[in-house]
Amino acid sequence: MQAIVVEQITKSYGPKGAVKALDGISFSVDKGELFGIIGPDGAGKTSLLRILATLILPDAGEAYLQDLHVVRDYKRLRSLLGYMPGRFSLYQDLSVQENLSFFAAVFGTRIEDNYELIKDIYVQLEPFKNRRAGALSGGMKQKLALCCALIHKPEVLLLDEPGTGVDPVSRKEFWDMLQRLKSWGITILVSTPNMDEAELCDRVALLHNGRILAMDTPAGIRDSYDRPLFAVRSADMYRLIQDLRHWPGAYSCYAFGEYAHLALHQSLQGFDKQADTVMAELQQYLESHHHTGIEVLRAAPGVEDCFIASTKDR
Amino acid sequence: MNRFSAFIIKEFRHILRDRRTLLILFGMPMAQVLLFGFVLTNEIKNAAIAIVDPSKDAQSTALIQKLASSGYFRIEKNLEAASQLDPAFKEGKIKLAVVFPPDFARQLDHDGSAPIQLLGDASDPNTATTLINYASNIIQDFSTQRKAEAVLPYQIEVQTHMLYNPELKAVYSFVPGVMTLILMLISAMMTSITIAKEKELGTMEVLLASPLKPIQIILGKTTPYLVLSFINAIIVVLIGVFVFGMPIRGSILLLGLESALYMFVALSLGILISTRAATQQAALFMSALGLLMPTMLLSGFIFPRESMPYVLQALGNIIPATWFNQIIKGVMIKGAGIEVLWFQTCVLGVMAIVFVVLSMRNFKDRL
Repeated sequence: MQAIVVEQITKSYGPKGAVKALDGISFSVDKGELFGIIGPDGAGKTSLLRILATLILPDAGEAYLQDLHVVRDYKRLRSLLGYMPGRFSLYQDLSVQENLSFFAAVFGTRIEDNYELIKDIYVQLEPFKNRRAGALSGGMKQKLALCCALIHKPEVLLLDEPGTGVDPVSRKEFWDMLQRLKSWGITILVSTPNMDEAELCDRVALLHNGRILAMDTPAGIRDSYDRPLFAVRSADMYRLIQDLRHWPGAYSCYAFGEYAHLALHQSLQGFDKQADTVMAELQQYLESHHHTGIEVLRAAPGVEDCFIASTKDR
Repeated sequence: MNRFSAFIIKEFRHILRDRRTLLILFGMPMAQVLLFGFVLTNEIKNAAIAIVDPSKDAQSTALIQKLASSGYFRIEKNLEAASQLDPAFKEGKIKLAVVFPPDFARQLDHDGSAPIQLLGDASDPNTATTLINYASNIIQDFSTQRKAEAVLPYQIEVQTHMLYNPELKAVYSFVPGVMTLILMLISAMMTSITIAKEKELGTMEVLLASPLKPIQIILGKTTPYLVLSFINAIIVVLIGVFVFGMPIRGSILLLGLESALYMFVALSLGILISTRAATQQAALFMSALGLLMPTMLLSGFIFPRESMPYVLQALGNIIPATWFNQIIKGVMIKGAGIEVLWFQTCVLGVMAIVFVVLSMRNFKDRL
């Protein structure tokens, strides 16, 4: 059974719909799946999640959660939906405990009823249960917000950029929790601008300017990358990227952590045989441009590389 | 615990934990009543006046004596000619001048009447009017006494009684006025701000995505403020009664019910504002400009409505405070009952229905 079905959703803002936030989006998510919407700021992630959370109306298209229409059946939908907005949206002047029991009461349940579900998260919050939510760290706030969104055991959980503003350790813990939630049969739709978080989802859709560029498992996305990719480093990274972009074989070049990622024009097919020659040529080209400390490696493409490639292809 | 009571408990926690809100809720009403009651009075005592008396006869001396002994006036200057008045007024040393003609007693005895000129410093019109009134009354009184001595064939005697407030205490109009102001302020402004706060902080997004119905959100937000406003109304009335000696001549039950009706109107106005305002600042601005100012200026609390231009009077008619001001003065000072105040009550009732319908229609259950 499909828990989320989205068909040709369109949403624009501004006078006469000048700004198109979502441009005919379609996808579906299986029950119990952890589905990621990956895209940079302004891609349309929040608009999409708000439409699914019944908070804004789409201009066109249909969307169903658990077979309930997001516009027509919004009242019934709201009781089986868990939604965590991108901005921290709990009461800062209430304590952890008070926030939790308030949201439990709002959904007509009690903390004890679904304690099993939030236990793993809540034990970490328990030492601070009398602390005001506003005084918690970023990671703790996110965990509390997740608890509040889960307190009524929702069938579908919508999380808008839960990793933003959270330290890497807390973020990892947060994702571990999402993995565990899947075992309860909860369908999770999570949006994130962090490409590395894509790897933690069952399937992802790459969203850019309101359109889906690609949709697959993270591995499937990576495998679809069809160009040779190199990681290059030298003493002067800024000049290195400029020079690499002018290299005749270069398709694109961009900074990627400590390296510059260089994609080539030619196809990946049959490239392995010429790889050494190409690398030697590259080395020579860079030396002729007086680069020092040169390092050239074959790189395995990540989701980010795929994202950059598909935005460039368009 | 059901949804609604959880919501109200949450709301009370917000209020009780925010010192500034608490201060506005309870500090301001008390401060306002006390300030208005003690500082802003229309009564004037020992005003400095100048006398220009070229006649210096028995009659003028007797009248000057009478003015001086009234307690309202202190004779600052005795001038020779009216031309000396201008500098005295300009220096601000005197507020009023009494000018006698050169042959005051002779004119009185021969013609039976004599003119007296009163000059008031109308750069402060309220003071000038009040002082002129005081002086006119004393002079009137003097002339009545004189006539009685002369045993004229007939005379008309004017007897003035200031009904309901014989001592003309300003506090009688300020306590009801402050009550209309405070109830409007707390009920409307605080409600609109607290709903706008949920929008501003993003918590409204979560509330809307929950099974809470709009009416539950609205009632949950307003009920605590209704309770607090009522407590405030009681405090204001108690200060009025025990500190300033205000009477409650009418039924206390009627007073309570009418106040509750007025608060309901104010609350629904607050909700209406909050459906339009996206931030606390916008809500504050809209309620200050749209409610506070008109309530202060147009409701007849500070300035008499009768002397306003017709347009402003008409504008005052659509302000709930105008009607409640009449009701509360009627009940507290005149002892009026519902049989007199039914019209004002009906106006408030209609306003309540209109505002509730409007705000329910405007309240969006989406972002």
